Amino acid sequence: MALDEVKIGGLGASRKRVEDNRFIRGKGNYVDDVVLPGMLYMEILRSPLAHAKINSIDTSAAYAIPGVRMVMTGEMMAARNLAWMPTLSYDTQAVLATDKVRFQGQEVCAVIADDPYIARDGVEAIVVDYEPLPPIVNPEQAKAPGAPLIRNDKVGQNNNVIFDWEVGDRASTDRAFAEADKVSEIAMHYPRSHPSPIEACGSIADYDRSTSKLTVYMTTQAPHIIRAAVSLVAEIPEHMIRIISPDLGGGFGNKVPVYPGYVMSILASILLEKPVKWIEDKTGNLISTGFGRDVYLKGQMALRNDGKILGVRMHTDSDHGAFFADAQPSKFKIGLMHSAFACYDVPTAHLTAQGVYTNKAPGGVAYRCSFRVTEAMYFQERMVQAAADDLGMDQAEFRRVNLVKDDDFPKRTPFGFLTDSGQYGKCLQIGLDAIGYDDFKKEQEEARKRGRLLGIGISTMTEPLGAGNSREYDILGIKMFDSAELRVHMTGKAILRTGAKTQGQGHETTWAQIVAHELGIPAEDIVVEEGDTDTAPFGMGTYASRSTPVAGAAVSMVSRKIRAKARKIAAHLLEVSDEDIEWELGRFYVRGAQDRGVTIQECAMAAYSNVPDGMEPGLENNAYYDPPNLTWPFACYIATVEVDPETGVWDVLRLVAVDDCGVRINPMIVEGQIMGGLTEAYAMANMQFITFDEDGNCVGSNYMDYLLPTAWETPGFELHEVVTPCPHHPIGAKGIGECATVGGPAAFVNAVMDALKHTGVRNIDMPLLPDRVYEAAQTGSDISGMPPVKTADD
Amino acid sequence: MTSLFEEVPVSTDDNISTTRVEVNVNGERRAAQIEPRLLLAHLLRNGFKLTGTHTGCDTTNCGACTVLLDGEPVKSCTVFAVQANGHDVTTVEGLASSEQLHPVQEGFKDEHGLQCGFCTPGMMLSAVALLNENDDPTEDEVRWALSGNLCRCTGYQNIVKAVLWAGAKMRGDA
Repeated sequence: MALDEVKIGGLGASRKRVEDNRFIRGKGNYVDDVVLPGMLYMEILRSPLAHAKINSIDTSAAYAIPGVRMVMTGEMMAARNLAWMPTLSYDTQAVLATDKVRFQGQEVCAVIADDPYIARDGVEAIVVDYEPLPPIVNPEQAKAPGAPLIRNDKVGQNNNVIFDWEVGDRASTDRAFAEADKVSEIAMHYPRSHPSPIEACGSIADYDRSTSKLTVYMTTQAPHIIRAAVSLVAEIPEHMIRIISPDLGGGFGNKVPVYPGYVMSILASILLEKPVKWIEDKTGNLISTGFGRDVYLKGQMALRNDGKILGVRMHTDSDHGAFFADAQPSKFKIGLMHSAFACYDVPTAHLTAQGVYTNKAPGGVAYRCSFRVTEAMYFQERMVQAAADDLGMDQAEFRRVNLVKDDDFPKRTPFGFLTDSGQYGKCLQIGLDAIGYDDFKKEQEEARKRGRLLGIGISTMTEPLGAGNSREYDILGIKMFDSAELRVHMTGKAILRTGAKTQGQGHETTWAQIVAHELGIPAEDIVVEEGDTDTAPFGMGTYASRSTPVAGAAVSMVSRKIRAKARKIAAHLLEVSDEDIEWELGRFYVRGAQDRGVTIQECAMAAYSNVPDGMEPGLENNAYYDPPNLTWPFACYIATVEVDPETGVWDVLRLVAVDDCGVRINPMIVEGQIMGGLTEAYAMANMQFITFDEDGNCVGSNYMDYLLPTAWETPGFELHEVVTPCPHHPIGAKGIGECATVGGPAAFVNAVMDALKHTGVRNIDMPLLPDRVYEAAQTGSDISGMPPVKTADD
Repeated sequence: MTSLFEEVPVSTDDNISTTRVEVNVNGERRAAQIEPRLLLAHLLRNGFKLTGTHTGCDTTNCGACTVLLDGEPVKSCTVFAVQANGHDVTTVEGLASSEQLHPVQEGFKDEHGLQCGFCTPGMMLSAVALLNENDDPTEDEVRWALSGNLCRCTGYQNIVKAVLWAGAKMRGDA
């Protein structure tokens, strides 16, 4: 008898999470919980200025403090050729500043001491003589003639431009605009934000002279990439490096790059021959590590009077800070910005992108987002609403006209991706029905007569998740594979390891569910391990919603390899040929004689006790997975809001989410991911951003200035689902972790803009702070969030 | 904090005065010889090896370090260890007895009230403090009571459900 899949914790089971057993008891093992014998502590001195020449550094008072073991300076790093390190985007980044500081918060010195309090005392005692230079805080200023050169360290860099990039078809797009009945335009800033996991970054480097082995406990979402990077930067052979990523207190992209603190703790451990722990404080995390967004987006849409989109033009100016340290596929200079409009039938499009250096923290990372699809989808959905408004067309109807139809797949997107599946119209309709679209429009009209401002905003999008197929995707030339290794023990229990790295997504629970689905071994009989490069097989790590699409597929494929071998063992045990063996969940049986069978557990025992002649014993294997395409989940988010014109405060009345992420492995976890993502979308729209004053001071350097939503502000969410299985993923699953963060912000912003439509305001830059909304409502003018620059009067 | 086998760094500055504190942690009397500037969070984590109390933000905003001081939730990154001298402290490690989880712990697991787990200990202690006062709170009361604890993963909806679940269990309704 086949097993009941849900009962054994297979696909579709809302299995309770196994990792929770330690977390709810306070028994998680985060990097700061790791204590090694004789461990020293490192603290970093950061620049208080955004742009300044370093005249001198005096460390003598720090050395005078009992317990201070070493003070590291840029000069000391330079002597070891470690003052600069390569970034993930073919640029360089300072580990410790040598010549000048290029952003507020840049690493200037590091103190290593017997305890963290002494290390902090040491940092306070260092005296640095800075000579201020003019700071650059936005792209316009960076590109202005005569702007100070930020990267004077780079040979051949004569201005502050990092790249110019172009994709799409300029000529055919020009033709589409020439034929248009109407052209709609919009421009906006997607502000700088920070992923800000509650746990900041940290590392414990432990170099053992006797074995020449370096072990590093590190907050990293991609331990194998870090191993390779450390090997290249520190010139230590890769097999002598062990990276252990223990429990992570959130990641959201912030823990993908290599940061100077990691490198310094490693060098300190090598020099002092002791373990060195560095735990970043919150301010250090917010002002120096990978931010997200900070892109100025503008564009136009060519329209026919009946609502059909004929073409799109886009231009982006991105602010990368002092070093181009983006984590993104090397072929795409502005990440996956060109995934814009993938869910719409847009015949032609053209995108130009320029990136610049400024005196701000380097990055950026994709904050809960697959390589800048967030900015792309935000622009797309704001543009779509503007176009519908300009045509005087209902925004739901405008989407209905232009969304790709179910029988049009596979469909080439305007910038060249290939979408393969979806039921876009159905998702939209479920969302509209759930929110009561027509009724709300009537209510809105009635309320308006009484002076109340209600608004409704829609965001529909598909995004490319699961980077990525090796034809297009690599980081520094490394293809984006993942792998899984499965060992089935003789009693039918198993251990599964992957090169992904969970940080809250629940891999320990869900990977076991995939094995249970493929092999019929109950999920509770499978332990999952990740994060230790000495034991886990290779993987590119967990970010960009790629774990289920890539590592999850590898888990399926390795399980199928195990099943193929077990089938041969079953044939041997049942004394029939392979071809006469049938499979049902958990069991092989003889075709035509269903009662004659053996369980997967019996096959496992036989693999160690009774293998057929000539067969290699044991039941273990591994699998690498190169995805044939990206996965394309679809989402429809609809928000209703009420704006108070007297204060500019807006409240979310309802938020309806319809997500199609294909087959759901664990519905409970999928819903958890969606609600978490929606909260970050709400945060982005409402309060959460990092900006800078005209001197380059970071505004948002701690949680008193950088506002994150609490349980009090966060609205409730109503979730719905549609399931269109991914046609190429082994179990039909698609990525989901980031959809709501990507698609969500436009729903909130479109809703507020809808409430203010009568004023003529076309755009308020996020976040929609009360003062911005108030000013827009009063003046009818658009509100820009671009950081101000110093003028001659200042 | 010192034990028979604990090595003291030779670099120790003899001019720094230390003081003895005694704290009743999770029902057990514990003592340490500390610098007056030591924060309670660090005494618990580094001195008493109770690493379930996490430090997230250093500015009393995130609440990851929340513990109960004489039953009241406090952010232990902003309490000096000496302020806890002679008082009762409950950390996440003190919530469960050896066999039986606290209803709040059960609720968090049952309702998927956690993802990365970093905010969870502090979040649960704030919830325990609420339910000790009021085991039948409204959703708004739960949201208000937890508004000093930040979570980046869950969006709070399942945390709220977890606390309501625990309240029902404590009342005997579950």
